[in-house]
Amino acid sequence: MTSRKRPEPVQVVKQRRDAALRALVHGVPYIQFLGVEFDRRGDELTAVLPFHEKLIGNPILPAIHGGVTAAFLEITAVICLSWATLWEEIEAGAFDPERLVDGKIPRLPKTVSFTVDYLRSGLPRDAYARAQVNRSGRRYASVHVEAWQDNRERPFAQASGHFLMPNRDV
Amino acid sequence: MDKTKIARQFITAIPHARELGMFLDHLTDGIAVMSMPYDERFVGDPATGVIHGGAVFALLDTCSGAAVMSHARSPGGTATIDLRIDYMRAATPGQRIRARAECYHVTRNVAFVRATATDDDDDLPVATASGSFTVEGLA
Repeated sequence: MTSRKRPEPVQVVKQRRDAALRALVHGVPYIQFLGVEFDRRGDELTAVLPFHEKLIGNPILPAIHGGVTAAFLEITAVICLSWATLWEEIEAGAFDPERLVDGKIPRLPKTVSFTVDYLRSGLPRDAYARAQVNRSGRRYASVHVEAWQDNRERPFAQASGHFLMPNRDV
Repeated sequence: MDKTKIARQFITAIPHARELGMFLDHLTDGIAVMSMPYDERFVGDPATGVIHGGAVFALLDTCSGAAVMSHARSPGGTATIDLRIDYMRAATPGQRIRARAECYHVTRNVAFVRATATDDDDDLPVATASGSFTVEGLA
């Protein structure tokens, strides 16, 4: 019991992880343009898309543009995939999250293909999304994403995509 | 009023299409050509300045919808059921992205579309897409 290292204070760990995530997300202009933010609980991320008039695709309904929905899902998939890889490296001590905060953003996975199913029209209110990484290999990854608004049980869109992983020479 | 004109009015009134600077270059029976200027706000990879795939998706989706609306057998409105995109290469930073969509079949309930996105180099597309859309009357 003598050699065990005392764990770091919770707020120090939390602050470091949140700063790393924020740096990753805020480094991409298009994510900023759409206003997508990420909410973190442990290693689980929830993407949040706050509603804005500029996101409207059908002014008569009105409904969120299908392209916005697709972009929101793709952003969620890429960030969650990248975060899952980074998380393991941060936990293993192989990657210093301070590097992210200093603006050294690692290369993000590249989308190979992405299929979006539109299940319901996107209402003019905030939307949320979560991704599930079904396979993450050295070169390829496969991710499934679901987006919902008021009711988690009633997704308004889902997508699955394949991604090419960046070279991890960090 | 003819169908192309209605489709044109609808497409140019979409807030998000305007926000992305989309321009409807050409629209005839079932074929639409739209383009979008390079904009630093739409960058997906800050290291290279390459446009985010999501912005290309938005252009292809809008262009595909326009193609459906302009088809002779489409009564008016439409919504995307599903759309698949394959990204062949990164769009060259600084260049305009152009999409061409063709609605090649319309049934009573479903319209089928394929589309291609290119930059200044027409030989190799940036992305290709295929999808299905609903067939609806004008709201």
